[in-house]
Amino acid sequence: MSPERKDILFGPLSKNNPVIVLVLGICSALAVTAQLKPALVMGVSVTVVVAFSNVIISLLRNTIPSRIRIIVQLVVVAALVIIVEQILKAYAYEVWGQLSVYIGLIITNCILMGRLEAFALGNGPFDSFLDGIGNGLGYTAILVIVAFFRELLGSGALLGFHIIPQSFYDAGYMNNGLMIMPPMALVVVGCIIWVHRSMNKDLQEK
Amino acid sequence: METFNLFIKSIFVDNMIFAYFLGMCSYLAVSKTVKTSTGLGIAVTFVLLITVPVNYLLDTYVLREGALTWLNESFASVDLSFLSFILFIAIIASMVQIVEMVVERFAPALYAQLGIFLPLIAVNCAILGASLFMQQRNFANVGQATVYGLGSGLGWMMAIVALAAVREHLKYNKIPAPLKGLGIAFILTGLMGMAFMGFMGIKF
Repeated sequence: MSPERKDILFGPLSKNNPVIVLVLGICSALAVTAQLKPALVMGVSVTVVVAFSNVIISLLRNTIPSRIRIIVQLVVVAALVIIVEQILKAYAYEVWGQLSVYIGLIITNCILMGRLEAFALGNGPFDSFLDGIGNGLGYTAILVIVAFFRELLGSGALLGFHIIPQSFYDAGYMNNGLMIMPPMALVVVGCIIWVHRSMNKDLQEK
Repeated sequence: METFNLFIKSIFVDNMIFAYFLGMCSYLAVSKTVKTSTGLGIAVTFVLLITVPVNYLLDTYVLREGALTWLNESFASVDLSFLSFILFIAIIASMVQIVEMVVERFAPALYAQLGIFLPLIAVNCAILGASLFMQQRNFANVGQATVYGLGSGLGWMMAIVALAAVREHLKYNKIPAPLKGLGIAFILTGLMGMAFMGFMGIKF
């Protein structure tokens, strides 16, 4: 794989991360992170939708009139999201219930519109596919980190299995109930940005 | 009374930003000055006020299982709800387009002020989110759906104006360099969300 393609695929994992650097797709990123499992499913769903919508729009990019491109993009994305939703409903009903409206909200996830506008409209299908996968993975990475801390500290479990040993609780350890509440997702993301920008000084704002 | 309760609840308890994180993208990008955030808040409230009742009617008379019986008795088992995403987003996109044209025609000053934000409202998660929550909650009539749309919009506007007001003052404070801008905005929103958790369980 050529260096440019590698950059397209792996850049979004850290330097061009869609969530913490480009500030895209935060809405759904936070709401599904109280537990690890829905966060993983959400990440995979978004990756699939971004990758395939990127390919479709990239194939159509020379035929879409630019005045109505937003509506065309929304229809393509909405169709893909409906497919993903029906699949989840059929094979992972429990997670589908937990994600509820947030699956539908993938349609208005800014990552999708952002990547379609910024990348797929000007590049070939294969590059667009890699870009979609890369951005989906970057998004999933943040979701998994946030969900890891929230589930571990909030309910002492990971993927539903108890991790913190009973002896800790006997010694007076308590789960931090606040971690499961919505506001803590924002604070955890704030801390991730803090750590990430301490390591990448060029991303700091003046 | 129930409707008034719903109104208060949709502003404070089920706040779009603090409880559901909807519309965060424009919330973080625009909340730099109070003036522009007020403009965007008004536009979002306006679009929500129109799209939620329209989508409610669409859901009740076309999409829900058995909704088509007013057309013909034999449609009682037809369930089109899987189409709701695509129809809701189409309604929202076209409503935003209409609102944009109306505002441009009758209030050019406001149009110039809102600029790029108006068309972008179509992809604001708060708009589609409100319609999807409306579908989930099975409101009794179109009046309740309208009140819910208005309340959600006002709640969103309140949150963005409040954050913008705080951020205007943040400029003069000493913040660790890596937290400047985005990082501190997240943590601030988290703290405001904790304060709003105090409204939980309030009833009138």
